Amino acid sequence: MINFQYARASDVADAVRMIAADPSAKFIAGGTNLIDLMKEHVERPSRLIDISRLPLKTVAETADGGLRIGALVPNSDLADHPLVAQRYPLLASAILAGASQQLRNMASTGGNLLQRTRCAYFYDTAAPCNKREPGSGCSAINRRSRMHAILGLSESCIATHPSDMCVALAALDATVHVAGPSGERAMAIADFHRLPGTTPQRDTNLQPNEIVTAVELPAQGFARNYTYLKIRDRLSYAFALVSVAAALELDADTIKEARLALGGVAHKPWRDKGAEAALRGQTASPATFAQAADLILRDAKGFTHNAFKIDLARKVIVRALTQAARGTPQSQSNKKIR
Amino acid sequence: MALARKRAAEQPIQIPEKIAVSLTVNGVARRLDVAPWTTLLDALRDHLDLTGTKKGCDHGQCGACTVLVDGRRINSCLTLAVMKDGSDVTTIEGLAKDGALHPLQQAFIDHDAFQCGYCTPGQICSAVGLLAEGKAKTADEIRELMSGNICRCGAYPNIVAAILQAMGQS
Repeated sequence: MINFQYARASDVADAVRMIAADPSAKFIAGGTNLIDLMKEHVERPSRLIDISRLPLKTVAETADGGLRIGALVPNSDLADHPLVAQRYPLLASAILAGASQQLRNMASTGGNLLQRTRCAYFYDTAAPCNKREPGSGCSAINRRSRMHAILGLSESCIATHPSDMCVALAALDATVHVAGPSGERAMAIADFHRLPGTTPQRDTNLQPNEIVTAVELPAQGFARNYTYLKIRDRLSYAFALVSVAAALELDADTIKEARLALGGVAHKPWRDKGAEAALRGQTASPATFAQAADLILRDAKGFTHNAFKIDLARKVIVRALTQAARGTPQSQSNKKIR
Repeated sequence: MALARKRAAEQPIQIPEKIAVSLTVNGVARRLDVAPWTTLLDALRDHLDLTGTKKGCDHGQCGACTVLVDGRRINSCLTLAVMKDGSDVTTIEGLAKDGALHPLQQAFIDHDAFQCGYCTPGQICSAVGLLAEGKAKTADEIRELMSGNICRCGAYPNIVAAILQAMGQS
């Protein structure tokens, strides 16, 4: 691994001061992604600021019936939290669809938001990569792009965001709370992650001297009609080719509210509010769901190795909405898809 | 790699002092001085001579390095020793008590739940964590919650059988 200095932050303000004083420093919490990237020489911070002991580890109800999740709550604790399991089972299910229990025990909520793409060319320091080395080119376009984007991509980058948790957070309209030198601010999860455009080196709109402090969920949890359906190359412990977080509010067979977010297909969790609007007021049926899928995928673009994901995504969207409408969410241990 | 070396040369950093770390390892208080970049895995193997914990991929993908920190199973290759200062660590060497194997160790023998044995310390520590979590009830759930431990010999059916046996005893 690379050499670096190590320091421990005593509180959030201290952490912000420390990161502002050293532009080449990085925060470390769970470390599951950052240490891996440092071993590969992809990340080369001169200093690690250990925030893992900061008091950001609680899950608490908010005044408006939502939930505030501290940025350092481990992924496993979040998935197991009774309030999450009861009121936001979509979030619990998505978390349990990702990584392994060992990694979930380490990985933090804030770190999950900030994890970097698993694009093999981003990891390969001998290959050009606009995300790692701006201006060097994209090695993935027209090469091995099986794990890459079909939506929202640019000529600069076709990497995908690897998180499952963030796909559920996108569907649930979460808010990300951050602190910086000028105080605190909040961003909608939809505004937190970025599309690649011409600046794929920037994954998020978090500023370099800011720290994620919490993620907040609104009251509506869609605990009755939801699913997280993840398709991958092996049944467990693999990143998504396509995943879909689906949540519905039904009045008999009529869709009152619909949420759809896709993972594994774009540089950020992909939501299409137009497709959701088109579902509202419709009867829950495979034909309705197929129309929504067509809307979401109308501008999808495939490459040699990932064009199959367009048709796959269409099928996963329809199946996920069907599971959500039936109230039979995908099990994350028995992987048979019904 | 050439790029990485060039970068490292451009941005030399001052070599930091070693940092004192206190750990309770298998019930024994240990104090060691480590560089910041020493992973918990390397601290256990290279500084404390506890080589039961294995280095497989060194990237959190294989689970061979699984140990219990404050009772929870983690990949020791992806955490820094300095970050775990003050923690309680249990490795494969700490599971047997008073000369008697841990029920999971015995179950792995009873079911021949290994071939080459390299992944076994990680498998067993992971399974100790799994039993403590108490969430897995079925073979499907064991398979899912043990998916962070790879066995390239393919002893999975026997590993699941061994864990089911130990689960029945606990």
